[in-house]
Amino acid sequence: MEAPSRSVHPPNDFPGYRSTALRAPKQPLRVLPGRLGELTAPLLAGETIGLLDHDLTRQHDGDPLGERISISGRVLDDDGNPVAGALIELWQANAAGRYAHLSDQHPAPLDPNFSGAGRCLTDVEGGYRFVTVKPGAYPWRNHPNAWRPAHVHFSVFTPAIAQRLVTQMYFPGDPLFDQDPIFNSVPDADSRRRLVARWSLELTEPEWSLGYAWDIVVAGRDATPLDDDPSE
Amino acid sequence: MTLPLTPSQTVGPFFRIGLSTTIGSHVIGEGMPGAIRISGQVLDGAGEPVPDALIETWQPEGAGRCATDEEGHFAIVTSKPQDGAANGAPHLDVSVFARGLLTRLVTRMFFPDESAANDADPVLRTLSPTERATLVAVREEGGLRFDIHLQGAGETVFFDR
Ligand SMILES: [Fe+2]
Repeated sequence: MEAPSRSVHPPNDFPGYRSTALRAPKQPLRVLPGRLGELTAPLLAGETIGLLDHDLTRQHDGDPLGERISISGRVLDDDGNPVAGALIELWQANAAGRYAHLSDQHPAPLDPNFSGAGRCLTDVEGGYRFVTVKPGAYPWRNHPNAWRPAHVHFSVFTPAIAQRLVTQMYFPGDPLFDQDPIFNSVPDADSRRRLVARWSLELTEPEWSLGYAWDIVVAGRDATPLDDDPSE
Repeated sequence: MTLPLTPSQTVGPFFRIGLSTTIGSHVIGEGMPGAIRISGQVLDGAGEPVPDALIETWQPEGAGRCATDEEGHFAIVTSKPQDGAANGAPHLDVSVFARGLLTRLVTRMFFPDESAANDADPVLRTLSPTERATLVAVREEGGLRFDIHLQGAGETVFFDR
């Protein structure tokens, strides 16, 4: 049976993003009966999140170059319940648009004071907060003169597999949105807007950093492709 | 109240920066009783290895994560899930992330020594023998082998998220 289309997520087969051509499955996704799995074990066995893991500006001796920002918000499920204890992992380019990754060949400078990765666990209200620098735009070879809008990669990991999400957060007013196939792979404009953080005066710290607000909504714990599981 | 979901986006080519260490490739230790090494290769529609994919396995006992190497290989050490018959035959939920995948792909890995349970499994039962074969690991020296074909001949069966 072919799965119902869900307009909020991109289709995997999206020719404007060239790398999908040999990687997107050609067969329709199947619907699973019943619930997806959930971990009963602790999410992180033996792994502790450091107190400063959320602060990408304090991982080296010096300060990274760039515009200092904070990104904060809540992880909620689609009923509006906070998702506490979710692992958020984040990675990004530096302020010049270069990743601290061996295969990033963009001739923009690396920053010895910026690795570009952070992580945290959401609090009881589902809240999270990162401190970082605003990433630069960078070129890629998808089409002639293609540039990615500034973005931060986010991964949300909870015990419920139905909630697993990897996405990208963008910045308001970016002039590069219209030519970016990854941003525009999200079919409807309202959903695309939910990938864009909001600049917030309240979250902006005077004389210190710009504040961006961004909430993340994941599926409910018991989300199943089918509404009813007759076996339960 | 129903809030609209945050859309998925690709992990892109540089996810190792952020997704490398927090969750590891060993759900249980290699020498523990019941430990099984599951290895495989991720292949694209041209049959070429995918060197920048991330595999995550889920089962009640824990989650495993492994990025593919230059030949598209991954390996995860875990045990057979013990969650009883309620959820069908024992299986791992497997997610695949990669550059070129705008959403995660979800599949299931079943165990080759569970043929009776596999025959009765509500998911496997709905598949043709060819499709079913893509979801059952095969025995190999030192463990199990579970190759993932993203596209084309022998394409792995993937499920709606
Ligand atoms: Fe990126």
